[in-house]
Amino acid sequence: MKYVLKKIGTLILTLLAVSALVFFAFSFIPASPALSKLGTEATAEKIAELNHQMGLDRPVLVRFGEWVAGIVHGDFGISYSYNTPVTQLLSEKIAVTMLLSVMAILITVILSFPLGIYVARKSDSKLDVFFTTVNQMIMSIPSFFSGILITLIFGLILHVFTPGAYVSYKRDFFKCMAYLIFPAFSIALPKISMVVKLLKDTALKEADKDYVRTAYSRGNRTKAVFYKHVLKNAIIPVITFLGMTFADIIAGSIIVEQVFGVPGLGRILLTSISGRDYPVVEAIILLLATAVVVSNLIVDLLYKKFDPRIHV
Amino acid sequence: MDNSKNKKIKFIVGLTLVGIIFLMMIAGIFCTPYDPLAMDMSAKFAGVSFKHIMGCDNFGRDIFSRVLVGVRETMFVSATVVFIGTFVGIIIGTVTGYFGGWVDEILMRINDAVLAFPSVLLALLVIGVLGGGTHSLIIALGIAFVPSFARIVRGEVLRIRNLDYIQCVRLYGASHLRIIVVHILPNLRTVLLSSVLIGFNNAVLAEAGMNYLGMGTQPPNPSLGLMLSEAQSVIFTNPWNAIFPGLVIVMMILGFSLLSDALEKKS
Amino acid sequence: MSMLKVEDLCIKVHDKKTTDTLVYDVDLEMEKGDILGIVGESGSGKTMTALAIAGLLSRHDMEKSGHITFEGINLLEVERKVLRKIQGNEISMVFQEPLNSLNPLKKVGWQVEESLRVHTVMDKAEMKERAIQALRDVELDNPEAVYNSYPHELSGGMRQRAMIAAAMIIQPRLLIADEPTTALDVTIQAEIVELLKRINKERGTAILFISHDLSLVNSLCERVLVMQNGLVVESGNCEEIFKNPKQEYTKKLINAIPKNPFFKEA
Repeated sequence: MKYVLKKIGTLILTLLAVSALVFFAFSFIPASPALSKLGTEATAEKIAELNHQMGLDRPVLVRFGEWVAGIVHGDFGISYSYNTPVTQLLSEKIAVTMLLSVMAILITVILSFPLGIYVARKSDSKLDVFFTTVNQMIMSIPSFFSGILITLIFGLILHVFTPGAYVSYKRDFFKCMAYLIFPAFSIALPKISMVVKLLKDTALKEADKDYVRTAYSRGNRTKAVFYKHVLKNAIIPVITFLGMTFADIIAGSIIVEQVFGVPGLGRILLTSISGRDYPVVEAIILLLATAVVVSNLIVDLLYKKFDPRIHV
Repeated sequence: MDNSKNKKIKFIVGLTLVGIIFLMMIAGIFCTPYDPLAMDMSAKFAGVSFKHIMGCDNFGRDIFSRVLVGVRETMFVSATVVFIGTFVGIIIGTVTGYFGGWVDEILMRINDAVLAFPSVLLALLVIGVLGGGTHSLIIALGIAFVPSFARIVRGEVLRIRNLDYIQCVRLYGASHLRIIVVHILPNLRTVLLSSVLIGFNNAVLAEAGMNYLGMGTQPPNPSLGLMLSEAQSVIFTNPWNAIFPGLVIVMMILGFSLLSDALEKKS
Repeated sequence: MSMLKVEDLCIKVHDKKTTDTLVYDVDLEMEKGDILGIVGESGSGKTMTALAIAGLLSRHDMEKSGHITFEGINLLEVERKVLRKIQGNEISMVFQEPLNSLNPLKKVGWQVEESLRVHTVMDKAEMKERAIQALRDVELDNPEAVYNSYPHELSGGMRQRAMIAAAMIIQPRLLIADEPTTALDVTIQAEIVELLKRINKERGTAILFISHDLSLVNSLCERVLVMQNGLVVESGNCEEIFKNPKQEYTKKLINAIPKNPFFKEA
């Protein structure tokens, strides 16, 4: 329990550091949001007036304090370009991106574990070279390219789904999932092959250890030695890897959303960056960082459950 | 069993792929078959032929020429990014690992906060501040790559610093600077070699991804990622417009990852 | 017919083009309740011999020839299925590094019970009872607590006792102990040797004891084989060899024994 509290403490500290980093990064930029909002009509007077209106003429620290206080209450400020509260603007989009990311990680886990186990068990056979080669190739396909290939093959040639015809999860949850499975798969694809490779490598490394010999000396079958002894030990590094991968998967979903026309955080993040709509950008980045940090916490706790050697 | 044979094959295939990429890069620097920006409406969506070996895009521009320039761009950006990451990473990692104390404490806290970001997201943040374009992209990815290098270097410096022979050299009265430059930095070689290769791969991936999002090279200039996103709207009628640049990206990543696998020392 | 008979055992390893002979023409014989020692430096082939008897040398690049006859069965030629019935049941083994030889993620109790689980049909409560009895038999103070702990939570001596408990739980005829004391402190070494002696006396389990330390072998065994570079260079009664070594190599091994207060020399 104490361990969990301590972890949550560092989590909050990290998030505070992240929010400071994000906020101050945007307060040092040369071009002011008022200028970009006014465009060609900008005069010194109008800029000053708008700055005052938006509260940008006050000291940075005061604004940071207010911003953080607002976030605690679930208020991320008001978007410059949409003139609506950021919270309202993002709420549905967060759900979409999170749905996509969680689906991608689930697909990764569900497919990579059996595949990795199969490949590890077959590592003595002639098929090994074939598996390794295919795996290495899949690992090298960036998710946005595999996304394009999936659109081409499954969408346009096989007509399994209609690219661009995303259905909101609010209207029809299952149709939405049926659409998201394709982008989720293209995010998951390189991760699956990485996990397969890692699982195989660690399983082979574990198989050389002394305790495996002990297990054989007690008359266990090869299969029992693998499933009862080697596998659990081999999975520990994989859990660490999955924890680090969640960040990548979130970033990957931002890109892959563009391939499949999924209205998640990705598109609004990109338009807000080019439109210099900082409250929106700040909110999205902070939210995604939170997702990453929280997932790391979950992995830490899982890790403790798996490995008794980790002390509180 | 035949691990060494496996490594040999990986090395040969990896080197071949990287060699082809380097040839493409050199061609991209010195001579492309066509001007990559020249539009030729009569060749709009021209198919694969001896004249245009990868066909032409919606403006009749030669895709092969654009791919060559794209490879040059990607290589240049990735190499610079890895250089920035390694250079700054070595400085931060060495100082924090060697001296420790509050500098270490503060810098590593910031480092951890930055590491909580996926590198693409961090690069997007920096581009949000600096605006788009190749220069911003290099700076953005460079910053995004520093923390991982800093962490690796710091870990290694910490390990080496506590080895007996460093204590011994210190007893002889060597200065900190001498210990760092003569005794510690050269020992980082092996760790750095593999992380530079892996970092380069990640940089290629990030560069292509950022360009795909339109956050780097500005049109009409070509880059591999940008070509992919431009070709996406015509994917059904002209799939080759997307497939060729995509395959070149795959080739780059595959080549460098095979090389880094083959060069990795047995642990 | 003797319980274990090894004749002309040769073990060769093919490494690409060269072939290394690790064990060359080893013969040995053990009766029920015997304690036989094998001494030699590292690389002398003593561990390879032990692993071969335990049926644990199954790498493809190894070539084994000769006969290992255990209770009338040639272990080198028998099917794996039959071999498995013997492993952990009739022949058990204790290894050099107790920490590495235990699975770090499984509780000690689970590992002690493993042979029962593989070779018998037994319910959980009965198995636990047997395991705790086995842990008590190896003189562990708090067998319940040891049963529920993980290997890293025990001291080196306790781990090795747990390993012995795991090996003895199913009452094997032959216990192979491969350098069981090398990784332990000197005081604990003596305790483990005493424990093995007691097991042998009380249960009549034959023990094949492998060590590089001649004084330990002398304090435990009646007969000894001295191995060097894969060859048996001297064999016979332990006391006799100790008093009157024929080989230069054996003399060296005897001289290498530090004056150890815990062992009375013969």
